[in-house]
Amino acid sequence: MDARLSTEQRELREAAAKLAGDLGPKSVLDLDDAARVARLEKAVAATGWRTLRSDGAGGVEVAIVAEEFARGLVDVPFAGPALADALRPGTTPATIAVDGVAPDARGITRALILRDRTLETAPLGEATVSVDLTRHSAPVTGPRTPAGEISAARAKRWRALALVITSADLLGAARGAHALACDYAKVRAQYGKTIGSYQAVSHPLAEGLALIEGSVSVLRYAAWATDELPPAEAIRAAQLAKVYCARAARTVCETAIQVHGGIGNTWDCLAHVYLRRVLAATDLFPVALEEITRGLS
Amino acid sequence: MDYRDSADEAAFREKLKNWLSERAGDFAASGDEYWARQADWHRALYAAGFFGLSWPREYGGRELPPVYDVILDEELARAGAPPRPSLGYLVQGLGRHGGEELRRRFLPGMINGTERWCQGFSEPGAGSDLASLRATATRDGDDYMVHGHKIWTSYSDVADWCLLLARTDPDAPRHRGLSGFVISMHQPGIEQRPLRMINGVTTEFGQVLFDGARVPADCMVGAPGEGWALAMTIVSHEREPAELGYSARYGKLVRDLVKRVGDKPLPTDLAWAVVQSEMLRLHVRRRLSERLDGVEHGPAGSLDKLLMTWTEQAAGHAAIAVGGAGDPELLSAYLYSRAQSVMGGTSQVQKNVIASRILGLGA
Repeated sequence: MDARLSTEQRELREAAAKLAGDLGPKSVLDLDDAARVARLEKAVAATGWRTLRSDGAGGVEVAIVAEEFARGLVDVPFAGPALADALRPGTTPATIAVDGVAPDARGITRALILRDRTLETAPLGEATVSVDLTRHSAPVTGPRTPAGEISAARAKRWRALALVITSADLLGAARGAHALACDYAKVRAQYGKTIGSYQAVSHPLAEGLALIEGSVSVLRYAAWATDELPPAEAIRAAQLAKVYCARAARTVCETAIQVHGGIGNTWDCLAHVYLRRVLAATDLFPVALEEITRGLS
Repeated sequence: MDYRDSADEAAFREKLKNWLSERAGDFAASGDEYWARQADWHRALYAAGFFGLSWPREYGGRELPPVYDVILDEELARAGAPPRPSLGYLVQGLGRHGGEELRRRFLPGMINGTERWCQGFSEPGAGSDLASLRATATRDGDDYMVHGHKIWTSYSDVADWCLLLARTDPDAPRHRGLSGFVISMHQPGIEQRPLRMINGVTTEFGQVLFDGARVPADCMVGAPGEGWALAMTIVSHEREPAELGYSARYGKLVRDLVKRVGDKPLPTDLAWAVVQSEMLRLHVRRRLSERLDGVEHGPAGSLDKLLMTWTEQAAGHAAIAVGGAGDPELLSAYLYSRAQSVMGGTSQVQKNVIASRILGLGA
């Protein structure tokens, strides 16, 4: 039994974090910087990480990139293409659509759709910025073209992977929001002291870090399970991760807004960008607490 | 990364499962019965080779990798058995700070359960602010004489030995005037006063009054003035679910509650407790794996303590969601859960540690 990341996995994390740190948005204004987005798109495309899965990498690697990209608010597609690649390799550029909408479709014109076990592709309409300001979504517009079938087991594993990728998005966004709030609490002063020195501010931030650590632990197991456990168990592990990470991430983002005070409630503060990403990732492949009905493994 | 058992781990798990299934039905229920039979449980676990798994062989441990404790906790929970004795922090404290002679004399009995231990740290006036403690140990020939009032001393009424923290130098700065001792509980000058907790249990926590009790000078743990370092080692381990084995207790409670609900939908509080207890189980797996890298115990233990506390208190809420206040056993589990955010360092203290030592937010 060993829950540690390998050296290669840690290096992948560092590389993904560096890319996101170098080219991700540093402010709300940066979201509109088309030149930056173009550089980011080029850099992400060059890594080949959107096809990690078909290149033989596991759920753990995909989750690592998804987490670091969310932490750095990477605003070019990753989750959508990675999930399309896991369904049917070689269909890039592509993303996935769910319920008639492709949620991660910036610059992408066709989507892959999984209906039970049947694959279809369909053209997408114009991609526009969504609730999640770091993602563009596009409606499915044209006729659907059959694109084959996958086994029931593979469809289940894919669903587990979808839950894991969105959970990783939640964890990454929570970590980004938490770091933003901690940085602010170290510089913002009131009553002659930095606000982070007050327990009323520091304690919710401490709680946030514990929630993040708990999220890391449930997510890592779920990410490993996507490849290594029977499909039903992989889904159960992923559902649990999703429920835990979603609740943790929302709490952490709300704390980040509170710590920023009035500023945290303005459009120009990045806190709501993280929160929006969390809300969108929660809604994509949602899991209700009530679904956790079976006994403990 | 591989969460599966290795061949050796699987063999160990199988052996443990068989041993537990032979004993099914003979496990103590919660409350006073558990505490009354705790010594027997400890010795039985040890004799069968299931306790002291990761500790040094020369003191009676089995020197297995740390993850074996996860297997133990998981199977105890699954079998509905009591958790393993929560002694890890005393073993770590004595092992790290005691001299060779003390370790040889005391660790084997502590690990095999033939000698019972309690911990004399907190006082009525020194709770979170432990360094303000006032119990004194004064040199008198080859001995020290101890005066003071300790509280929250688990098992004090059945203990043979107490790991005691007392002030040996009243003139030193408060953290530096403290020393640790191993003191016998079987002597005049020690008065026991039981405490009755909010769930009615009387056998767990006690108060101990020392009035001239004696401890040989060579039973000091480390050197004079090194008591604070010992205390910090102990409380940091006392915060870790990996060390305490509590995840087994929560796993068992939550499992029992799910069984009671049967085919009906789970109450929201119970579904959330399922999520939390599974999180804690996986968190302990991760933490014990990290120890393979020799990860040192530091302020991260405070994060684990918060996660453990939230899990126990979620399980407590689930207990009353399922049983209401009218079920004595579940009410007791709920009431007991309130202590988890206080014992072993309050949640407020854990958050102070995280804020200042991990997040660097300044005090």
